[in-house]
Amino acid sequence: MQVNHTKKLVTNLKRGTIIRGKWNGTKYQVIQKLGEGACGVVYLCERNGVQAALKIGTDSSRIITEVNVLKTFQKVQGKRLGPSLLDVDDWVTPDGITFPYYVMEYLRGTELASFLRGKGKEWLGVMMLQLLTDLEELHDQGWVFGDLKTDNLLVTTPPPKLRLIDVGGTTQTGRAIKEYTEFYDRGYWQRGSRKADPSYDLFALTMVMLEIAYGSRFERGAQPKQTLEKKLQHAPVLKPYRPLIQKVWAGGYGHSREMKRDLSSMLSSPAKYKAAEMKNTRVSRRKEAEKTSFASAEAIVIFISVILFYFLYSIVAW
Amino acid sequence: MKKGTLKQILLLTDGCSNQGEDPVAVAALANNQGITVNVIGVLDDDQSEQPDGLEEVEAIAMSGGGVSQIVYQKALSQTVQMVTKQAMTQTLQGVVNQELKQILGEKQTFEELPPDQRGEVMEVVEDLGETCDLEVLVLVDTSASMTPKLSTVKEALFDLSLSLNARSGNNRFSIFCFPNKIKPIQKLMDWTPELDGISKVFPKLASGGITPTGPALKEAMYQFGKKSLFGSMKHASEPYEETGY
Repeated sequence: MQVNHTKKLVTNLKRGTIIRGKWNGTKYQVIQKLGEGACGVVYLCERNGVQAALKIGTDSSRIITEVNVLKTFQKVQGKRLGPSLLDVDDWVTPDGITFPYYVMEYLRGTELASFLRGKGKEWLGVMMLQLLTDLEELHDQGWVFGDLKTDNLLVTTPPPKLRLIDVGGTTQTGRAIKEYTEFYDRGYWQRGSRKADPSYDLFALTMVMLEIAYGSRFERGAQPKQTLEKKLQHAPVLKPYRPLIQKVWAGGYGHSREMKRDLSSMLSSPAKYKAAEMKNTRVSRRKEAEKTSFASAEAIVIFISVILFYFLYSIVAW
Repeated sequence: MKKGTLKQILLLTDGCSNQGEDPVAVAALANNQGITVNVIGVLDDDQSEQPDGLEEVEAIAMSGGGVSQIVYQKALSQTVQMVTKQAMTQTLQGVVNQELKQILGEKQTFEELPPDQRGEVMEVVEDLGETCDLEVLVLVDTSASMTPKLSTVKEALFDLSLSLNARSGNNRFSIFCFPNKIKPIQKLMDWTPELDGISKVFPKLASGGITPTGPALKEAMYQFGKKSLFGSMKHASEPYEETGY
């Protein structure tokens, strides 16, 4: 394709190259390449001493699609989803070829896997909880992240915060997922459609957990469902999360909020936490804790609060 | 803009055509009739370098107004859906570009618009891509060297229907293969909205060393015409009743 030949021109921009906008006239100086995706190359740039990430590509439509998504996120009040968008323009090279680009906030961080290395088990849960919080916000706005994978996650510090980067797959709810990666795609694992709904992201999130547990991605094999189940059973790190993950796979969560609530109550429940951490000492108790499903735990809480309420009420009435 | 139907031929092959008309010329003809031709060249997983003749893959797609890609079997599923979607966007963008030219003058194309307006146009293109109807005729080269790759092809096509059926627009697929001893192409699956039945359709037989890609493409072009003529009579009330066999 012609695109491939011209793409080469921007895949290796030298340090010091000046990119000047055709429309806004803003100048950026290239510092180094940060990464390369299907539709463009990301460079670390500098403008007036401030660093920024600049994504340049050949496919104008895809670059603009991403800009559209980032713009929608800017409109969201309060929480920031994804990096903030700073500039959109075209660069005309000295050879007269036009390349579209956009500039976004530069997020300095570490990959999720290297961040988690050497840290306690509880960190995986905490990171997933943060991810669910962002997803909840996104889903509430009528969007699905789509291409959720470890490559698109970054942990910024301090304090440790998981951030979503690369919004190329972000799709309006109800539409066909724009971009996906097989390992994280529920369609590939025969666990549902490629229509954008909140549970599509939740499935991908469980695959992030599996990838972290195994340190790599794996093939689906001849029987994808069984492969997944086996992989889950053989990952000790994921043991406390098993019921949660299985519920996602069974399509049990219609919204990220529900999963977040379950994960949050699991992480903050002291008995279960202990049980998950202290492997050898309290085997029997751990088993007990696992058997208690989230639903029944909830029922108990409701039951107690009803009794309490009744009790208070009768005192007041009396 | 009116909601239309996009027509695509997806050619899956692993080699160069060696009989009959030049497929590049036939692809140009198809494109002229509103059919986009996409081509995927399939390599063996252990093939280290691109074999001779695969440049044709790019040439056919280019003259057919479509997208081409040369891939290893392993990446076939993801490539097939990507190529199809990319070609859809490309075609729709072409349509929008035409409209833009009419409104804004001959020289105004999507790429030359200021970024903000480009963004708005892209939203329209995306809406169209989600809602338009799509017809994909899959044309599979089943010559001897392709035979071991056919199970991967099947998987990829099933995956394609998974991707496309996630859209709101309607899809219709049909599958043809070539070469055939008597006809330029052989029908494996008639127009159908789902590719569920795909596991049963591929023939086991290999058909020797000839690869008449040009004649096969030409015959494939007419399958769209046939169908719509047939369709306009039969499906007047229930357009998506027919499920093939």
